[in-house]
Amino acid sequence: MAEFWSGFLLPLIIMVLQILAITVPLLVAVAFMTYAERKIMGAMQMRQGPSIVGPFGLMQPFADGLKLFAKEQILPEGANRVVFYVAPMLTFFLALIAWAVIPFDYGVVLSNINVGVLYLFAISSLGVYGIVMAGWASNSRYAFLGALRSAAQMVSYEVSMGLIIITVLLCVGSLNLTDIVRAQEKVWFCIPLLPMFVMFFISALAETNRAPFDLPEGESELVAGFMVEYSSAPFALFFLGEYANMILMSAMTSILFLGGWLPPLPFAPFTWVPGIVWFALKIAFCLFTYVWVRATVPRYRYDQLMRLGWKVFLPLSLFWVVLTAGVLVTFGWLPK
Amino acid sequence: MAFLDRAARSLFLTELLGGMALTLRYMFKPKVTLNYPYEKGPISSRFRGEHVLRRYASGEERCIACKLCEAVCPALAITIEAEPRDDGSRRTTRYDIDMTKCIYCGLCQEACPVDAVVMGPNFEFSTESREELFYNKQKLLANGDRWEAEIAQNLAAEAPYR
Repeated sequence: MAEFWSGFLLPLIIMVLQILAITVPLLVAVAFMTYAERKIMGAMQMRQGPSIVGPFGLMQPFADGLKLFAKEQILPEGANRVVFYVAPMLTFFLALIAWAVIPFDYGVVLSNINVGVLYLFAISSLGVYGIVMAGWASNSRYAFLGALRSAAQMVSYEVSMGLIIITVLLCVGSLNLTDIVRAQEKVWFCIPLLPMFVMFFISALAETNRAPFDLPEGESELVAGFMVEYSSAPFALFFLGEYANMILMSAMTSILFLGGWLPPLPFAPFTWVPGIVWFALKIAFCLFTYVWVRATVPRYRYDQLMRLGWKVFLPLSLFWVVLTAGVLVTFGWLPK
Repeated sequence: MAFLDRAARSLFLTELLGGMALTLRYMFKPKVTLNYPYEKGPISSRFRGEHVLRRYASGEERCIACKLCEAVCPALAITIEAEPRDDGSRRTTRYDIDMTKCIYCGLCQEACPVDAVVMGPNFEFSTESREELFYNKQKLLANGDRWEAEIAQNLAAEAPYR
């Protein structure tokens, strides 16, 4: 019995608590992300944004969530019942499991695997399944078109994103996310690899289907794209998944280019602040930029999107991989 | 050269950054939001809102059942029935406005020789059911009593232009 307790039950309880310690703050962050988005976009359009529910409208996301879950669930006639309900669950689930490898501070990571980048990349690639399944199972032409667009878009931008990650890996010499952050102790990668940083950010926008690459949703032509047929809780899951993905991509940007939990300057007042706060601040900055971009630029046309992905980003990132590799070899800076 | 110029401009995202700087500047500008249910915008004295039936200061209703408003109404929203009252004066026995048909053109107000039917300043009369928007004489007169002060003021302001 004692062996069962110490060998199985206790580690299990600890693991569950650790998972809760990550997912609960994450979901709260997602809720407040929707609030922050509406407030920031409002301010940029000289509006107030939500201001009625609670002080400064802070309770708005919870009111919205309650409203969504109280609504009627509609299963379209002709929809594939199982796939229709699995799709939002998959999207949400994938947005959450990726957080297992994110280091919040030195050593503060659920699972410190040495192929962390690969894992993140695989999970974010799987995200397209949720959308394609939703589009197909809805048995609606708008949803189907949205899913097709989304699949093509995510696949195109993943290619250049992979190459961008390779540049970072060349400079680090490891796939472990903790090692990647520690390699930036001297200088954050966003400075020597600035073009890659910008391209990674733009690819991340495309990867998370955010404006200006929100063609899968494309309200003006596809109503709501792959989500048209969804309502109530499944819709809420898609919504949560989308925003959790945004936060994940911001975390990835922070780790790969903005030095993760490292303070901006390695001396006194900055080093007092715990690393997790710096990490959160960097994520918040990235998220603010997501919203900022959304408030600024109009939606891309589909052919422009494809042109940017294949004719600009792919050659440019490939060129930069070769350049980085060349520089590293020439000057003998290759990591051991 | 023009090609290089264009390529450089798109590579360095100058226009994109310019746009982002603009939105950032706007973020700190004062907001123009009107907190609607708590704050309201000004309304012209010519505003055509909810209909009312007015009374004279004596309490006698103004409408003389001439049916000009019923005739002029392009949406056929007004229904009037009339017969002589006990004192011999001609009054309506029924005066209905179907607010779901009304297009708020204001022709009834223009047609009325005694300023009985007037469109008041009230625009917040939404209801939860369709039936509540079929106004009868009683409802219209009650509206008249409720908005008389504002309507009298608006009519006086507009009098020189009529």
